[in-house]
Amino acid sequence: MAEDIKPRIRVPQSAKKDEIIEIKTLISHPMESGQRKDSQGKTIPRKIINKMTVAFNGKQVFEAKLEPAISANPYLSFFLKCTQSGSLEFAWTDDDGSTYKATQAITVA
Amino acid sequence: MPHSRILPAAAALMLMSGLAACDNKQTAGSNENEVLAQYRANPKFADRIVGDKFSGYVFASPETQTMQDDDFENPGMLAVQDGETEWSTVAGSAGKSCASCHGDAAKSMKGVAVTYPKFEPKRGKLANIEHRINLCRTEQMKAPELKWESKPLLGLTAYVEYQSRGLPISVKVDGAAQPFFEEGKKFYYTRRGQMDIACNQCHEANAGMSIGVENLSQGQSNGYPTYRLKWQSFGSLHRRFEGCNEEVRAQPFPRGSDEYTNLELFVAWRGNGLKSEAPSVRR
Repeated sequence: MAEDIKPRIRVPQSAKKDEIIEIKTLISHPMESGQRKDSQGKTIPRKIINKMTVAFNGKQVFEAKLEPAISANPYLSFFLKCTQSGSLEFAWTDDDGSTYKATQAITVA
Repeated sequence: MPHSRILPAAAALMLMSGLAACDNKQTAGSNENEVLAQYRANPKFADRIVGDKFSGYVFASPETQTMQDDDFENPGMLAVQDGETEWSTVAGSAGKSCASCHGDAAKSMKGVAVTYPKFEPKRGKLANIEHRINLCRTEQMKAPELKWESKPLLGLTAYVEYQSRGLPISVKVDGAAQPFFEEGKKFYYTRRGQMDIACNQCHEANAGMSIGVENLSQGQSNGYPTYRLKWQSFGSLHRRFEGCNEEVRAQPFPRGSDEYTNLELFVAWRGNGLKSEAPSVRR
């Protein structure tokens, strides 16, 4: 099902120096809690995004640890103060070890 | 007997069925209670109320409304994205995709979804968007039907519905559609299940009232297909019908069945004039 998982990000393309901008992220993901059982009574294995990190020019600026109670298609947003142009790198880590990545450049004038 | 003393049996029955006792105070319109009047007074909802019809949006919590308002936050848009990909994906032995005949959906599908369900001569009965898509697949594309509630069918339905977002629902219930409309109407007003409740008892008589912790809406379909928070996924109107039927402890009909399609026409007609909000977010 990995091909169904698509990250979406929304970052302003440009910002003024020292401006505080809002970054929005959403990833389509089932966030299977590991608590549910299928029709045969077998436990459906846990499969969640357990970690999400954001780095700006290689330096980490945001990290979130996600838990099984978080609903499907987790949406996370945060604020960032911009001091220089660069690129934001987003990474979501899945329980199965795969990571989903997205990057976006931002110009600070 | 003083008016305030409701028959205990009747009161118990109302509690059992999860219906909060309604004080029947009418303020405006023939069937408008205080809650609905409050919604009407809120300028935020001006666009979502047409005559005595209230979109499901106004009954949602502010958080849910915010989620729907921003296309980025709205998880229903993920389904629209899926549909966009599916639209130009070639399938079947005819080597066609939706786009081969219909071109740019933003043009060809604009205003289409709000007229469905409608009578489809090829079926000899009503077809909704899902049926129509599958008809195109079997007739034109020579491809197998998509499974009801499958990701590609939900996506395509969402994508087609999305092209009519903001346009008023305008289904026709005369002519060939009329007998099916009557069937749908009959379904709507028929008590069913162990609870012995008909659709109208919640959605007409008690819209705006509470059912447990839920806010009863008018049961309008202008936001469907929808991303439903309870489901944690995107789903069809028929899936919602199924939920309602289960709620009154009735045996649900299959998704895509004639019963639900007829009901879909009646429910759409109830909302004629309301603006389409698909894909919406509902609790």
